[in-house]
Amino acid sequence: MMASSYNAKDEDGHITVTGPGGGAVLRSKKPENTAFKQQRLPAWQPILTAGTVLPAFFIIGLLFIPIGIGLFVTSNNIKEFEIDYTGADTSSPCFNCSQNFSWNSTSPCTCTVPFYLEQPYESNVYVYYGLSNFYQNHRRYVKSRDDSQLNGNLKSLREPSKECEPYAYHNNKPIAPCGAIANSMFNDTLELFYNDPNGTSVKILLGTTGIAWWTDKHVKFGNPGGVDSNLSAVFQGTTKPLNWRRPVYELDSDQSNNGFVNEDFIVWMRTAALPTFRKLYRIIGKSSQMVPTLPRGNYTLEVVYNYPVRSFEGRKRMILSTISWMGGKNPFLGIAYITVGSVCFFLGVVLLVIHHKCGNRNNGAEISN
Amino acid sequence: MGTRVSTLRTLITRYCVGEENWVDSRTIYIGHKEPPPGAEAFIQQRFPDNRIVSSKYTFWNFVPKNMFEQFRRVANFYFLIIFLVQLMIDTPTSPITSGLPLFFVITVTAIKQGYEDWLRHKADNSVNQCPIHVVQHGKVVRKQSRKLRVGDVVLMKEDETFPCDLILLSSSRDDGTCFVTTASLDGESSHKTYYAVEDTRAYNTEKEVDCIHATIECEQPQPDLYKFVGRINIYMDSEPVARPLGSENLLLRGATLKNTEYIYAVAIYTGMETKMALNYQSKTQKRSAVEKSMNAFLVVYLCILICKAFVNTLLKYVWQASPDRDEPWYNNRTDTERQRHIVVRVFTDFLAFMVLFNYIIPVSMYVTVEMQKFLGSYFIMWDDEMFDEELGERAVVNTSDLNEELGQVEYVFTDKTGTLTENNMEFIECCVDGHVYVPHAICNGQVMPGATGMDMIDTSPGPGAREHEELFFRALCLCHTVQVKEEETVDGIKHGIHQGKSTSFYISSSPDEVALVEGMTRLGFTYLRLKDSHMEILNREDEIERFQLLEVLTFDSVRRRMSVIVRDSSGELYLFCKGADSSIFPRVVSGKVDEVRARVEHNAVEGLRTLCVAYRHLSPEQYEEVCHMLNGAKLALQDRDKRLAEAYDVIEKDLILLGATAVEDRLQEKAADTIESLHKAGMKVWVLTGDKMETAAATCYASKLFHRNTQILELTTKRTEEQSLHDVLFDLSRTVLRQHGGMTRDSFSGLSGDCTDYGLIIDGATLSAVMRPTQEDYKEIFLDICRNCSAVLCCRMAPLQKAQIVKLIKASEEHPITLAVGDGANDVSMILEAHVGIGIMGKEGRQAVRNSDYAIPKFKHLKKMLLVHGHYYYIRISELVQYFFYKNVCFIFPQFIYQFFCGFSQQPLYDTAYLTLYNISFTSLPILLYSLIEQHINMDILRKDPSLYRDIAKNSLLRWPIFIYWTLLGVYDALVMFFGAYFLFNNTTFTSNGQMFGNWTFGTLIFTVLVFTVTFKLALDTHYWTWINHFVIWGSLVFFVVFSLLWGGIIWPFLNYQRMYYVFMQMLSSGPAWLSIILLIAASLLPDVLKKVICRTLWPTTTERIQTYAAFGYVPTLLDRVKAKKGCESALDYQSYVTLLDGIALREA
Repeated sequence: MMASSYNAKDEDGHITVTGPGGGAVLRSKKPENTAFKQQRLPAWQPILTAGTVLPAFFIIGLLFIPIGIGLFVTSNNIKEFEIDYTGADTSSPCFNCSQNFSWNSTSPCTCTVPFYLEQPYESNVYVYYGLSNFYQNHRRYVKSRDDSQLNGNLKSLREPSKECEPYAYHNNKPIAPCGAIANSMFNDTLELFYNDPNGTSVKILLGTTGIAWWTDKHVKFGNPGGVDSNLSAVFQGTTKPLNWRRPVYELDSDQSNNGFVNEDFIVWMRTAALPTFRKLYRIIGKSSQMVPTLPRGNYTLEVVYNYPVRSFEGRKRMILSTISWMGGKNPFLGIAYITVGSVCFFLGVVLLVIHHKCGNRNNGAEISN
Repeated sequence: MGTRVSTLRTLITRYCVGEENWVDSRTIYIGHKEPPPGAEAFIQQRFPDNRIVSSKYTFWNFVPKNMFEQFRRVANFYFLIIFLVQLMIDTPTSPITSGLPLFFVITVTAIKQGYEDWLRHKADNSVNQCPIHVVQHGKVVRKQSRKLRVGDVVLMKEDETFPCDLILLSSSRDDGTCFVTTASLDGESSHKTYYAVEDTRAYNTEKEVDCIHATIECEQPQPDLYKFVGRINIYMDSEPVARPLGSENLLLRGATLKNTEYIYAVAIYTGMETKMALNYQSKTQKRSAVEKSMNAFLVVYLCILICKAFVNTLLKYVWQASPDRDEPWYNNRTDTERQRHIVVRVFTDFLAFMVLFNYIIPVSMYVTVEMQKFLGSYFIMWDDEMFDEELGERAVVNTSDLNEELGQVEYVFTDKTGTLTENNMEFIECCVDGHVYVPHAICNGQVMPGATGMDMIDTSPGPGAREHEELFFRALCLCHTVQVKEEETVDGIKHGIHQGKSTSFYISSSPDEVALVEGMTRLGFTYLRLKDSHMEILNREDEIERFQLLEVLTFDSVRRRMSVIVRDSSGELYLFCKGADSSIFPRVVSGKVDEVRARVEHNAVEGLRTLCVAYRHLSPEQYEEVCHMLNGAKLALQDRDKRLAEAYDVIEKDLILLGATAVEDRLQEKAADTIESLHKAGMKVWVLTGDKMETAAATCYASKLFHRNTQILELTTKRTEEQSLHDVLFDLSRTVLRQHGGMTRDSFSGLSGDCTDYGLIIDGATLSAVMRPTQEDYKEIFLDICRNCSAVLCCRMAPLQKAQIVKLIKASEEHPITLAVGDGANDVSMILEAHVGIGIMGKEGRQAVRNSDYAIPKFKHLKKMLLVHGHYYYIRISELVQYFFYKNVCFIFPQFIYQFFCGFSQQPLYDTAYLTLYNISFTSLPILLYSLIEQHINMDILRKDPSLYRDIAKNSLLRWPIFIYWTLLGVYDALVMFFGAYFLFNNTTFTSNGQMFGNWTFGTLIFTVLVFTVTFKLALDTHYWTWINHFVIWGSLVFFVVFSLLWGGIIWPFLNYQRMYYVFMQMLSSGPAWLSIILLIAASLLPDVLKKVICRTLWPTTTERIQTYAAFGYVPTLLDRVKAKKGCESALDYQSYVTLLDGIALREA
């Protein structure tokens, strides 16, 4: 029913009045004898027979299995620690904070979560926060932002895009940064303490830079009025997002990490693909070659509990992870490689059998000549 | 245009004359002079001017009208609706994604149509403004062609083309004749003679012509080029004289004046009412089987689309039942959204899902299919092997819609004369009263009765016989419509005769007549010319005999005979009649009927075309009566043909049989080979001919349609006279079915020699009895018999019956694809009726070619057309269709699954640019190129092995199982891609610097895998890798990468979102992304490769076997060996070939 054609021939009623063709016309009717027009272009004509595919299967098998093993081993060597601090259970230290949450409370609720690292973390350690059941990929949410505003456009600062609705204006003042994504920025503060066996508690230095894409920080996001402007003056006339405690120009004391180019903000603004996601929070830089970044032992996670997830049955996690060349811990890739490689290898064997039993009819001719 | 013209016509006439004033005839005042008051009152009508409007649009209405035309097509309309939905409601994808492709398609089509229309305007203008000489008040005035009015008297000079339909008044020649070629109308380049009415002949200067006071009454315009009836009333002195007008007086627009210095003529049909304009009506559009399958698939996909949208909408509301999910604190609706009614919301969501998934029915598929058909058809035109040196013609494609149908043909209906045979007649012999005369046995003008193996009774011709013999020769010299041309350069049929010093040619629309007249020359009687109504004959004694030609009773296919009435120098009147034996014998009262009939039958069996000649003496009284009858009929305005036929019937009776002639029509080169190939390719070949049974059967044997061991079943009048039709039919069906039931026939049984082959012969009369609408069950039995016959010959067919047969087969329960091939006007009906109509550029004019879908110079070209081109086109387009659906399933299905992970919020997985360009540029060119130049098997093998054609019979590549396989493959790929990416992305870091990726990277990763997978899938299907394939396939992948780099490399100033900024680069900088892309591509392609290899090894089709043999290079040698074993090439059938091949291979292994 759909395939009405785009042909225009049916409308062609064109009348041409031509005389009978003369000799010259007849000559020119002879088609050109070119390889293309005669469909005789030289061509490679491969066919997929068991014989030709067999080696490919074996090669894929032999390539994929070692790669897979390598990936699997690498993945296993990565150390990852995850702790849920949602406070859904009564036993959990953050239970009170999660229960008593209110947007209006002025005093922050703090809870401490102790944990124990069984292995020392040698290289750089990456601190992530993870959220579950949080639909950052909801369409209404994903599009609720104004990239032009975030890029430092003054006009968009005063008149946020319609996409930001209902987070575009508050009390007739434009919200900066506007939109649902910005409004719901993750604002728990996580701090790590190493409980030295000798009893002292050492605060671990958490690096705040390098957590967002370089291009995002330097090109895609930008403060209005240039790098060296006075942010509080530039943002004059705008209002902070409803759920924020501080305006955007007070996110960090460091000017290069303040306003729209605040890295925590940028990280949050990159919407996650799936409802369970993690985002890079801090980096614990390796201090020296001798001492592991995070030695084995007891730690305490101190959470300033600002971010409510109970209403949508969400979970909050803190993740510590080392990183290899292939990223974080991900056994799936290695397993998948091993699986596909083995399947290929197995199929190669099956094909070999088939080829020898049934295919000799085809290849018998090969020997004969 | 057709309907437009006709509605226009109706409108014009309605407007002009009013509904109630509608009359069957029109009255034209020559030179706009009112008839004298005494004459009967005519209704003055208004006629359109001579403006030809073939263009469709004007400058002003082009845009609206073209848009309307385009959106009337369902597909366009569907996309327009999607686009409008996107504009109106808040949909996940930007309107650009469907608007841009739609805009592109619409614009390209509009430009193409606009250009075509501009050309038409130009052509119209040049025709409309061309100057015409019109006689006004005794002076010749120049006028633009478009200002010509009905009733204007026009002066035409030699080599000018007539601007409208004209009635010849007078010419520069004294006899009031003029010569005309109608090459541009029907392709016949012979010169035809047209006549002026006797009473106006003398008026051949401007002044005189201006004095003509006459009116013409004629029928309203009708498209038949060869029919015209009218009457001219000339008011001389006082008494009006009425003369008949026929098509011999009517000069058609588009024809050209030749060999005549000038003529005067009066315009009767102008502008869009000319016969030429009425004739350029569009044919009904034919649709191919592939297109029908495509439509069915589309319906399935439309259902899938609706289901997907429905399921998602439903799930969305189930999922959203809890308010925390519907509107969590971080993601509130706007107030206006909240206030919307729930029904509106559901409906909007449903539409939004539809929009999100609408790419599953791709707009680009139509464009690609159209382009494939249009561009692909050039390969037919370019084919060197389908060029005929002799004719200087190459294959012509009139419609490219049916290319792939050429690969699906199951029934071939072919004409005999001019199609299977050369239509190059050669006089073989004649038989007078049982004495046979053979021209090549003539020595120095002496005629020797052929004496070899005659079973004639009378061997001593008496003096009476001698007289009969000369009468016979004279009859043949007189009874014809041949013209003598005196120049040397005449297109078309050339036959040189030596007449004194100058060279002359006989020209006729019927090659038989030329052959006969020429044969007479060789037997001693030369027809010289027609001069002043006298035919001159040079007899054996080199004396010129003159006969006054009184009447010509022209040939028609119903009567199947023609006659002339002549008066010899002694004043005696003769009627000579020649025609088919069946139409002559019943009218014969004396003569040696039995001897002649025996000879005629003997000749017919030899495959010769026979004609019988008879005469009748007319007394002057009889002649008077005849004249009266004929004039009465000729003057009639209504039913003239019928009355003429009745008159002819009365006149042509009581004949005395003189003898018979035999003319040979040689088989076309390689006709037998072609028929045999078609048979092997599994096609049933039917020969439909107007010829008599014996002749046709002989041709069939010669062309290997029937073999020696073919059992012939006859369903002819002869048999039905003995038995009732009912019994005959049941008899035959029992014979056929017994065979059928008794043996386990495999699919090749029709070919192998040991199984009886049936051939059916049926004649026109029996056929019409079978087809009688009251006898439904006869039809069924007949079809049953036909189904089991490998070859059918239908003889004595009227043109319309040919179409009926085609229609009958088309409508039978299997709905086979039919192909009709013919060269003459009588084949047009069947060419139009069949699924594919093929015209042969023969000698009987261009009508068949003009009405055909494809035209080829010779019958033998049919072989390459079907076996090679048809096969290729079918393979190509079926892959195109399946692949298009497949790649869009791969494309859209991940998006569908993604809805389950994004709260059914219609969040698109891919960026807008990817959504838009996927079908337009990333994956479009490789498949288009594939569908243009793929050759799964070498064309030489295709031609040598017609049985390969069976592999694609019955639309085998577009059957439901294959379609389902492709769809499932698409779903599998989509699942692998989506869940592969899902597990890789799920809750883990992807980069070596710890930074995280977002949803756009997720989509881009899937999209990258997708583009590579579908392109590689096509690469795996490609069997013919030219440099262009390499260029396009790798080029489009490179283009995708370059585009992605560019698209993500810049902050695009005109976009209000920068979601793709650096996404692609970041992805490429991550090792696991590379690894997973490679892994997912491999995993996606794996099952298809496996299926291919296993099927090829375990259950190879014929095609695949041949491919394998070809790949190892053994076909030629083994083929040769098989040939050597079987002894002849033509007997090579595939089954035994394969068996032998395997045998040889096994033995030697």
